[in-house]
Amino acid sequence: MAKKWMFSLILSLVAGALFYLFPVSFCFAGEEKMAQDPDEDLPKLFIPRSGPAENFPCSKCHKYRPVNREKRKLVLNHTTIELKHAEKNRWCFDCHDGDKLRLPNGELVEYDKPYLLCGQCHGTIFRDWKAGIHGKTVGRWVGDKVFYVCVSCHDPHKPKFKQIEPEKQPLRPTEIKLIKK
Amino acid sequence: MSQDTNKSPRDRMLDRRMFLKGAVAGLALSALPAGANAYDWEKFLQKHFREMNEAELKKVIERLERETSLEWKKKITISTAKAIPDVKFGYGLDLSRCIGCRRCVYACVKENNQSRANQVHWITVLRFKQGEKWADLENSEKYYSSKLVPEEGAFYMPVQCQQCENPPCVKACPAQATWKEPDGIVVIDYNWCIGCRYCMTACPYGARRFNWAKPDIPQNELNPETHYLGNRPRFKGVVEKCTFCIQRTRLGKLPACVEVCPVGARKFGNLLDPKSEIRYLMSNKRVFRLKEDLNTNPKFYYFFAT
Ligand code: HEC
Ligand code: HEC
Ligand code: HEC
Ligand code: HEC
Repeated sequence: MAKKWMFSLILSLVAGALFYLFPVSFCFAGEEKMAQDPDEDLPKLFIPRSGPAENFPCSKCHKYRPVNREKRKLVLNHTTIELKHAEKNRWCFDCHDGDKLRLPNGELVEYDKPYLLCGQCHGTIFRDWKAGIHGKTVGRWVGDKVFYVCVSCHDPHKPKFKQIEPEKQPLRPTEIKLIKK
Repeated sequence: MSQDTNKSPRDRMLDRRMFLKGAVAGLALSALPAGANAYDWEKFLQKHFREMNEAELKKVIERLERETSLEWKKKITISTAKAIPDVKFGYGLDLSRCIGCRRCVYACVKENNQSRANQVHWITVLRFKQGEKWADLENSEKYYSSKLVPEEGAFYMPVQCQQCENPPCVKACPAQATWKEPDGIVVIDYNWCIGCRYCMTACPYGARRFNWAKPDIPQNELNPETHYLGNRPRFKGVVEKCTFCIQRTRLGKLPACVEVCPVGARKFGNLLDPKSEIRYLMSNKRVFRLKEDLNTNPKFYYFFAT
């Protein structure tokens, strides 16, 4: 038992060390870098994500599994996850670490703060989002606003906004039958 | 109870005019049917909304709530909430995000008790194809019916009342039944509208709608929280249009179209507050207004976030 534990520890240390060398090169030249201001003006109220919860916490399975950092097609679980997000030089561990989200700068944050993750690569959008321009706020126009987080609208793994069905078109004037009462 | 709750105010207005003329000619008695009671007289002599004092207003609202609730068989409240001081409402619509899904159109219909069968929609979503001369309202497609949106190479522009600071519709009204409130919302008094539709001709944005028939609203979908100048059920023969959801926004809430938009393309707030979203987008994004050359000075800003 202890041996197995040691083994996976060493494995993850080695893998982690190897891995650590990479993220830097993944920093996206095209995207504007965000100035990290500690007391940044972040929103306070959020609409929590509404996705399925069956995979949380991750550790409920992963504490029994050695980490396998090989980039591959997942078949035993997470089969619906398709990475289509700058996927050429990206893999799960760029964003995931145990029960936390991993930021490009190496920091770990909770799952209820995905915007910190997205914000590190999408600085301009992040700024607009904080101002309530990108994304959406609901509730009131005055006072504290309730923010949708990035992952309410974007699947982090495949973030392009999906097409949806439109509501029906209006009738042409000639098609309207007046209901007279 | 009064038998003519269904009677369009236009008809009552004509009665009123007849009455005023008649009074001079000594024919006062012919204006209202013989046997009209005090209640009818009260309705008939209702003052202009802006000229009523608190007590008069209260009485009128009580009568209207009674009438409307009876007519629709549902308890309906009619607010007269006034404009909030130091607030001028402005609207932003992000054309780089709108996907033309029309969720806003129908959220508005529901919230504002628009006629279903008669297709009174306060919002019209226009579609333009890449390369088309756009913002050309007359030559755009509003009946698009693709399976999925956004379509490749298309973009969408929802149009509704632009809440002009300098509204041509108000000038066109011969009855002073439409005016601009201190918070910038252009409103209509359905009890004063005579249905002449001059305002509809005057509006360069095609934003006003006419009730050719009594509104067709499923009783269980009728929104009972209404405002006198907003979503209370209309009469046959009156004009209506977007009021920035006056019944919501004067309570600090967002308009229904903003709440429903799945892509967050719609922004709303106080133009006088330098920290508002609307002011942020005005100073940080490319902004334009429709038919700016007409000097209508709309408070509806289209913008491009990217
Ligand atoms: C129901 C059990 C279960 C839960 C809960 C679960 N996983 Fe997994 N996970 C698996 C299995 C099984 C695999 C192996 C899939 C394969 O190899 O085909 C896997 C593989 C992975 C991998 C690929 C790397 C590796 O070590 O195999 C990542 C990354 C991963 N999971 C992340 C997560 C994250 C993040 C969460 C929490 C949000 C999570 N998982 C929750 C069962 C689970
Ligand atoms: C761009 C960063 C990023 C990458 C790369 C990424 N994820 Fe995620 N993932 C996230 C974020 C953010 C969430 C949280 C989403 C939420 O709260 O709805 C998440 C949620 C999850 C979840 C829980 C939600 C669910 O769908 O069940 C699992 C499991 C998961 N990721 C697995 C993976 C696997 C496996 C990979 C690699 C194939 C991967 N992730 C790659 C950012 C990423
Ligand atoms: C490590 C940097 C990085 C992180 C973290 C990151 N992204 Fe991205 N994202 C990119 C790059 C690079 C692209 C452009 C490449 C592409 O389109 O796949 C991109 C593209 C996108 C797109 C446009 C997709 C398209 O096809 O139009 C969206 C939307 C997006 N990201 C949302 C998110 C969200 C939401 C998060 C947080 C869960 C996030 N990103 C986190 C780097 C990142
Ligand atoms: C209310 C839903 C919503 C929220 C919340 C939201 N977005 Fe978006 N986002 C969109 C839509 C709609 C688009 C445009 C469609 C597309 O290109 O996928 C978009 C586009 C993007 C793009 C593509 C680049 C562009 O400008 O078109 C990126 C990157 C992105 N969003 C990142 C984020 C990040 C980061 C967050 C959180 C800080 C976020 N989004 C929050 C709806 C949202």
